[in-house]
Amino acid sequence: MNFFGSLFDEHLLTLITFLPLAVGLFLLLLHGIPVLAWRIYALISTILTFVLSVSLFCRFDAKASGYQFVEHLPWLPDWGINYFVGVDGISLLLIVLTTFMVPLVLLASWKSIKQAERAYIFCMLFLETGMLGAFVSLNLFQFYVFWEVMLIPMYLIIGIWGGPRRIYASVKFFLFTMFGSLLMLVALLVLCYLNYREFQALNLDLVALDPALFPASKPGALLQTAIPPLLEAGRAVPWWQTPTWLFAAFALAFAIKVPMVPLHTWLPDAHVEAPTPGSVILAAVLLKMGTYGFLRFAIPLFPSAAIEFAPLFMTLAVIGILYGALIAMVQTDVKKLVAYSSVAHLGFVMLGMFAFNPEGLQGSILQMVNHGISTGALFLLVGMIYERRHTRQIEDFGGIAKPMPIFAFLFAVATMASIGLPMLNGFVGEFLILLGTWKAAPAFAAPATFGVVLAAGYMLWMYRRVVFGPVTHAENRTLIDLDWRERLVVVVVLIPAFWIGIYPKPFLNPLLRPVSEVVMRIDAVKQAQAAGQSAAPLTQKIVAPASSASDGGDVRVDAVGNGESNLPSEPSTSLEAENEGIQ
Amino acid sequence: MVGTLNETSTDLLRWIPALPLLAACIHGVMLGLLRKQAPRWLVIALSCGAVLGSFVISLYTVATQLIPRAAEDRLLIDEVFTWISAGDFQSQVAFQLDPLSAVMILVVTGVGFLIHIYSIGYMDDDHREDRGFQRFFCYLNLFTFSMLMLVLADNLPLLFLGWEGVGLCSYLLIGFWYADTWNAYCGSKAFILNRIGDFAFLLGLFFLFWALADAGTPTASFRGIEDAFGAIAAQTVSVPAWLASLSGVAEWRLATVIGLCFFVGACGKSAQLPLYVWLPDAMAGPTPVSALIHAATMVTAGVYLVCRMHFLYAEAIGASTVIAWVGGLTAIFAATIAICQNDIKKVLAYSTVSQLGYMFMAAGCGAYTAAVFHLGTHAFFKALLFLGSGAVILAMHHEQDMRKMGGLAKKLPITHGLFLIGVLAIAGVPPLSGFFSKDEILLSVYTSHVAGHQYLYAIGLGTALLTAFYMMRLHALTFWGKSRVAHDVEHHIEEPADTVLVPLWILAGLAIVASIAGIPSAWAELLPFLDADTVAHSNSLANFLSPLFGHHEVALSSSAERTLAGYAVATAATGLFAGWWLYAKKPEIAFVISRLLAPLHKLLENKYYVDEIYQTLLVNPLIWISDRVFYKIIDAGVIDGLGVNGPAKMVRIFALRGLRRFQSGLVQSYILLIILGSCAIVAYLVR
Repeated sequence: MNFFGSLFDEHLLTLITFLPLAVGLFLLLLHGIPVLAWRIYALISTILTFVLSVSLFCRFDAKASGYQFVEHLPWLPDWGINYFVGVDGISLLLIVLTTFMVPLVLLASWKSIKQAERAYIFCMLFLETGMLGAFVSLNLFQFYVFWEVMLIPMYLIIGIWGGPRRIYASVKFFLFTMFGSLLMLVALLVLCYLNYREFQALNLDLVALDPALFPASKPGALLQTAIPPLLEAGRAVPWWQTPTWLFAAFALAFAIKVPMVPLHTWLPDAHVEAPTPGSVILAAVLLKMGTYGFLRFAIPLFPSAAIEFAPLFMTLAVIGILYGALIAMVQTDVKKLVAYSSVAHLGFVMLGMFAFNPEGLQGSILQMVNHGISTGALFLLVGMIYERRHTRQIEDFGGIAKPMPIFAFLFAVATMASIGLPMLNGFVGEFLILLGTWKAAPAFAAPATFGVVLAAGYMLWMYRRVVFGPVTHAENRTLIDLDWRERLVVVVVLIPAFWIGIYPKPFLNPLLRPVSEVVMRIDAVKQAQAAGQSAAPLTQKIVAPASSASDGGDVRVDAVGNGESNLPSEPSTSLEAENEGIQ
Repeated sequence: MVGTLNETSTDLLRWIPALPLLAACIHGVMLGLLRKQAPRWLVIALSCGAVLGSFVISLYTVATQLIPRAAEDRLLIDEVFTWISAGDFQSQVAFQLDPLSAVMILVVTGVGFLIHIYSIGYMDDDHREDRGFQRFFCYLNLFTFSMLMLVLADNLPLLFLGWEGVGLCSYLLIGFWYADTWNAYCGSKAFILNRIGDFAFLLGLFFLFWALADAGTPTASFRGIEDAFGAIAAQTVSVPAWLASLSGVAEWRLATVIGLCFFVGACGKSAQLPLYVWLPDAMAGPTPVSALIHAATMVTAGVYLVCRMHFLYAEAIGASTVIAWVGGLTAIFAATIAICQNDIKKVLAYSTVSQLGYMFMAAGCGAYTAAVFHLGTHAFFKALLFLGSGAVILAMHHEQDMRKMGGLAKKLPITHGLFLIGVLAIAGVPPLSGFFSKDEILLSVYTSHVAGHQYLYAIGLGTALLTAFYMMRLHALTFWGKSRVAHDVEHHIEEPADTVLVPLWILAGLAIVASIAGIPSAWAELLPFLDADTVAHSNSLANFLSPLFGHHEVALSSSAERTLAGYAVATAATGLFAGWWLYAKKPEIAFVISRLLAPLHKLLENKYYVDEIYQTLLVNPLIWISDRVFYKIIDAGVIDGLGVNGPAKMVRIFALRGLRRFQSGLVQSYILLIILGSCAIVAYLVR
């Protein structure tokens, strides 16, 4: 038992990540099995993935610092490329969100995909592995691979099963993301160069591991590479090596994905043209790639540049909140309205993130999950009436509450979750974000808070025109209400909305440590800048205190070099969780 | 200032809001997911039982746990679990019961229960909507839950939960008959205007929380805030230039800024200038809703908030002055509109706005006890008036226009009599409750130190005059004079069912006897059979609330106090007489007057065109700029057109017009290009 237990723990992340793809490939091999079998196998495998991720959630030790369930294998070790997976609280929540949504969209699209359904199911499974892979990756190269891999199934889902303008939308989606990814790739190469210069060997792992436990790990890691040059103002570096430009390259890639105004125009098109499951996954998970990228890579790698850029990003976030809301207000297509509301919601996420305090950051991460749930539910519901009426124009509806009361009820709950009504999930996230932002910059928090008013405006206006009023179109009179499968899907999506709204503690707790580590990293740079220590040379390497942090205590602050730097060491792997697993 | 009370923990309080929530959830699951309609008796048992249960627990807790304690120990705390916790911020799901909350929960569950009973009869008539009966009670229970959360919450975020919850229920219930677009519109309007207030509420909360956190005491609970507030009370913040030039001071006290933020929130919820416009439209909802939510309970949440934060307003003289003046102006402004309305519920709605203004006027003058007293008595007599009007509307088969009523006293004698009690109570006729509560407000305004309090007193008196006048007009137009009822309706008019009438009887009784709670000493000393001690403590509500608010000393002799009351009574009598004379005795004169003052009449009838002004100046431009500028020009034109599709088109054009020429497939032109190119290279090399 112990043996299997530890084996299970060691490979849990790999299992979760690759199970969907493995099942997909297996199904491809079984030539000629009926579509129904595809559906059932795919559903079972994704539910199993979800169950595994729940066990991951339960076994995760929120008190321990650093990454847990770490697996580290050499892949192309000479090039510093390793298979390196691990989770902290941030990725944990997003993994659970992903594995939670995929079976639901498979169930939601049980009947709606009419052509090439096997291919569609395979794309979904492939997509799930891509998304999970990106969330568990702790090697930058590996992350980049998953980041790009994810594009392909999504591109196909929009391009094959989408609406009338699907080709335009899918190409736009692909080119936008690709454009950002290429800049990220350039920045990645520069990082390789810097890493090599620092350590005389390449290591693209994000954090260093104890070689005694992970033989494949080499000294040096990106979090150590990126920081010393920042504190060395003395060393003249060409502009392309400065953290500012490196951060800008990463940030652009992530900001497109978020999307931040003014890089958002691919999103409404992609959402409107994508089939319902595509829209749900796009909103619930893919957009989070951008915000996750900021948190996992851009900000920890280049904290000084992040501080430098914070006013810009907060401005863009506030513009996104207000501008997205105002444009959402005048949409005539329900899906487009929800898409623009996503721009506003993600504005909140970015705002809280760049507040750089625990309240804002925790709210921001929680809001990523919240947006996935509430917007996912909205897209599912919109898809359900689209299947019945084959239109998404607001004016084609009206009075839907009469023929479809259950739909009206569930749509109301999803709408309220999106508006941020207390007792539902949106409130907790938005409240913490605004609270944190107020501490960091009241001038940004005040207009962002007004976004809450606008959100009520556009959502309720839409809801009123779709659901209330007299039934004006004869076709709507005979609409059939949601069946049991559809009810199940939406209710299951909305359960965590209530849970997070009423008792968010289980979701906030795992975030405490990763958030405090980000805050400490930022604060250390701020202090160093304030104290004018940035001129002090700092050439010594920071060695990861691999096992010492297993007491789950404070984040180690290694005073290195002249003994004045307050730079915290990077989060180290917690071994305690694994030790417990063995016992 | 009075210090905070000593607390005692309990676990009874959580059940007060939990019962209605449970009932609402059961209804919600049955209706929203299973689509099974419960039998009528089950709906009634569940909903009314839950609210009755809450009322009984409230009464029990107040009577056995709160009142027996010494005055400074009257604080019960029930901590359930931690709701939100991040960084410095912590918010508990915790309830507190102090004298102020006690008054509120008794009013909410008591009046709420009566209105639940009333609704059984009222909504039974409603055949417009299948399953409407259960849906209605579901919303009503949800509302009761939210309102109880609001008044029992021990911290600001939890209060905000109730605050938004009552807003949601108000939205749902105003648009209850959703098949009518207008009702749904009114619901959204209420929600959005409330949200504007909530925006300010949140800003106030952030301001307050971070100021306390900077002082080393990050807390959001009322006790914590009250304890720590002294440390930050003297702080100032610099305000934007336009505010500074308006007020003449560049540095405002932090307390004033926070106080104003919360007050704007209260303006949204309690329908004060300039955010009041949703309340008259909220009358689109069923009448029990108008009585419960838009008269007795929810709209008083703003007053409750100001009273709850009294320690803050004690430090914020500027904010208090603003509250008093906004309240006074709202009172008279709404009263003038009420004069010229013809919809029976609209008159009552503007009357509610006006009476809420009264309460704010008192709170702004520091007379929180008077505000709470009027809140309570108003809950009784306004609920009575609304439910009475509902009985009339029911009898009239959903006709609300008073011009089509008249002479109903003969057909509806009981309703008429009970309604008249409400009219006299709100007009301030002694010894009904409205007289004492209104008199206490006017007295405290007269003796307060708020800037321009003598003008405020005049405004208050003027409002009292108008109130008596329009209420008598309402009564006369409805019940007296000649019948203007349509013939087909006239034969079916009969007294409503008992479930409708019994709550009216009880409320009428309360509207009369509630005065006992707040008889001032100046009147008690006239009663020869009372001893001196009883006289000194005759105002039992003030005594009950004094651990919170302190004793509001009146610097007037008893006889002067009585003289002022005499003015108020004379004013009320004048208004009542004028209303009776003009609308019952000589309606033709009223008609002539309205013709003579036609422009004014039209202005008032159209409510000063405020809705139209908001629509033209705020809503339409916002939609126009969003659609034309942001969406069509910036998003589709600039970003997508120039930024995204533009380069793509340029590549296409470049390839089509330019590059394609080179790929012609003509060997001759390839050779020509090769030769030309070679020549160019050679020329460059031998240069």
